[in-house]
Amino acid sequence: MVQVDQRTNSQEGVNGRSKTRGLEGKFVTFPADEPLELDCGTQLGPFSLAYQSYGVLNEDASNAILVCHALTGDQHVANSHPVTGKAGWWEIMVGPGKPIDTDRFFVICANHVGGCMGSTGPMSENPETGKPYGLDFPVITISDMVRAEARLLDHLGIDQLFSVIGGSMGGMQVLEWASSFKDRVFSAIPIATGARHSSQNIAFHEVGRQAVMADPDWCGGRYIEEGKLPRKGLAVARMAAHITYLSDDALHRKFGRNLQDREKISFGFDADFQVESYLRHQGYTFVDRFDPNSYLYMTRAMDYFDLAADHDGELSKAFEGTQTRFCCVSFTSDWLFPTEESRATVQALNAVAANVSFVEIDTDKGHDAFLLDEPELADAVSGFLSAAARKRGLKSPDEVADAELSTR
Amino acid sequence: MNIQSTNLQATRVDLLLMSEMVHPGSRVLDVGCGDGTLLRILSETRDVDARGIELQQSGVNQCVARGLSVVQGDADTDLVNYPDNAFDFAILSQTIQATRRPRDVLEQLLRIGKHVIVSFPNFGHWRVRSQIMFAGRMPVTENLSFSWYDTPNIHFCTIKDFRAMCDELDAKVERSVALNAQGQRLGVNIPDFMQNLLGQQAIFLLSR
Repeated sequence: MVQVDQRTNSQEGVNGRSKTRGLEGKFVTFPADEPLELDCGTQLGPFSLAYQSYGVLNEDASNAILVCHALTGDQHVANSHPVTGKAGWWEIMVGPGKPIDTDRFFVICANHVGGCMGSTGPMSENPETGKPYGLDFPVITISDMVRAEARLLDHLGIDQLFSVIGGSMGGMQVLEWASSFKDRVFSAIPIATGARHSSQNIAFHEVGRQAVMADPDWCGGRYIEEGKLPRKGLAVARMAAHITYLSDDALHRKFGRNLQDREKISFGFDADFQVESYLRHQGYTFVDRFDPNSYLYMTRAMDYFDLAADHDGELSKAFEGTQTRFCCVSFTSDWLFPTEESRATVQALNAVAANVSFVEIDTDKGHDAFLLDEPELADAVSGFLSAAARKRGLKSPDEVADAELSTR
Repeated sequence: MNIQSTNLQATRVDLLLMSEMVHPGSRVLDVGCGDGTLLRILSETRDVDARGIELQQSGVNQCVARGLSVVQGDADTDLVNYPDNAFDFAILSQTIQATRRPRDVLEQLLRIGKHVIVSFPNFGHWRVRSQIMFAGRMPVTENLSFSWYDTPNIHFCTIKDFRAMCDELDAKVERSVALNAQGQRLGVNIPDFMQNLLGQQAIFLLSR
C-alpha cells in the first residue's frame, strides 16, 4: 500500500543539493507495484508526490480545492518557501479570508511529477541504476501529472474536488482535470492558459532547452554525478522565458531605458541597462531553486499539451457531458496565453452548453498578472467560488461559525 | 447592489414580467445581460440555471464577481457556438435594436432556446411618431436618449415590424405584452394597432 512519510523529505534527495534543502511538508510514495501509467507507454514506479495542504477537510470531503502550480512553481502556495525564504507564490489568493479561503476550503497543492521540489523527477534516484534518473526519466505529459494527482486524492479520500484552480501550466492541468475526470471536478478555474501550447510558445521553450543543453556543465544530463551544474544555461533559459511573462508596457514602466548604477553607457557588454541587470538577477536566482533537467521535462510537458488533438481535433469533445462549472480568466496584456486562447476554450464549453464564466482582466502586467495583486482576479475567483459553494451546499464561513457556537 | 439587498419591488416591471414567463428550474441564457440584474432575479425567484452573455467586459466582470455565470461575447457572432435546444429559455432583453443582424440573432435564439423572450423599445409609440411627424427630427425620448449619430441602437422596429419578422421566421408568438410610458402593462385584450401606438416597450414570448 501507499507509504506516507510525514517527515521532512530531504532524505529522499539523491544528491547534495536536495539534502541541504530540508523540504518540510507532506509526502506520499506509491510503491513499485502500483506504478503510474504514462502517456509515453512506460510506467513510473515507485513514485512520490510532495504536497502541501491548508485548512481542514470537512466530514464528507466536499470542500477540497486543488491548486495546480505553473511551470517553475511548486507546492508551497501559502507558506514561506523552504529554499528562498520568500512568501508562498499565491499567498495573495490563498489563506484565511482570502479568495481561496482556507478557513472554508481544504486547499491542496502537489509538486508535479517530473518536478524538483520533492516529487519524483529527473533528480530522483532511478531504482534500476541507483543513480539519478537524468534523461532516463520518462517524458511526462500534463495528463500524466493529473493522473498522479488523482492518485493523491484517492489517498486523501477525496472523491470529488470542489474546485481545481491554476494559472499557465497549472491552467492546462485544470482543463485536463475537467476533461479526464469530469465526475471528480465540481468547478474549475483555468487562468491565463490555453487548451494547447502555441507554436510560438514551443519555440520559446526550445530556446530555453537549447540554452541548458549547450552549457558544457550539463554533461549530457548527468551533471549531478559529475558534481556540476549548468548554471549559465539554465539562467539564460530563465531570462528568455521571463521576458515572455511580462509585457512591453510593464517592462517599460518598470525600467524604461534607465541605466544601472551608472551615469552613462559603458561602450561594453556589462549590464548597462536596469532591465539587463534585472533579467540577470532573475536568471541567477532561479538556478538556486530549480533543477535544469526538470526544466527540460516541465517545458516539454507544456509543449505536448493539445487537448483538442486528444479528441479528434475538436476541443468541445473534450468537455462533452460536463457538469463542471467553469470560470476562465485571461489578461489583456498576456502575449504568452492571449485572450484568444481562453476564448477558444470558452467557445468549446459553450458548444456543449457548459456552465461557464469568462473574465478578461484589463492589465499591463502580462502573463505574470495571475501571480500579482489584481483585485479583479480576486473578485472574480471569490464571487465564482462563493456561488459554486452555494450550489454545492457548502456552508459559508458565517454558517460554520454559527454551527460551532451552537454545539458548544 | 449585492444579491442580498436586491429590492424586487423597485425592479423594472419589464424584468419582472420576463421572469414570470420563465418556468422555475429551467435553463436560461440571457443575451446582453448587462450588470446581471435579470439573471439575479431569475436565480433568486425562479431557481433557474442562468447564464449570460454580455458585450461590455466591465459588466461581465461585475457579474462574475457576484457569482453569476457570464461570458464576454457578441450576440451577432457568438450564438452560433451554442448547440440546438441548449436552453429552455433564451432571453434578449432590450438588446435586439443594438445588434447588427437582428433577424439572424433571433433565428439563432430560436435554435438555441425552446422558448425565446425578447423585449425591445417600440418605435411605433405615438411619441416617437409625433416627433418625426411634427418636429421632423429623429426621436429622442426618455427610453431612447441618444442622438441619431451616437446611438448604439442601430436597428429600431415597431411592434408590428417585430410581429412580421416572427411570421417570416415561423416563430409562434405565445404571449405579447406592451408597457406604457409609466411602465404599466397595457390590457391583454387591447387590439394590436393600439398596442403598437401606446406601448413604449414590448415583451414577446416566442417558440418555434
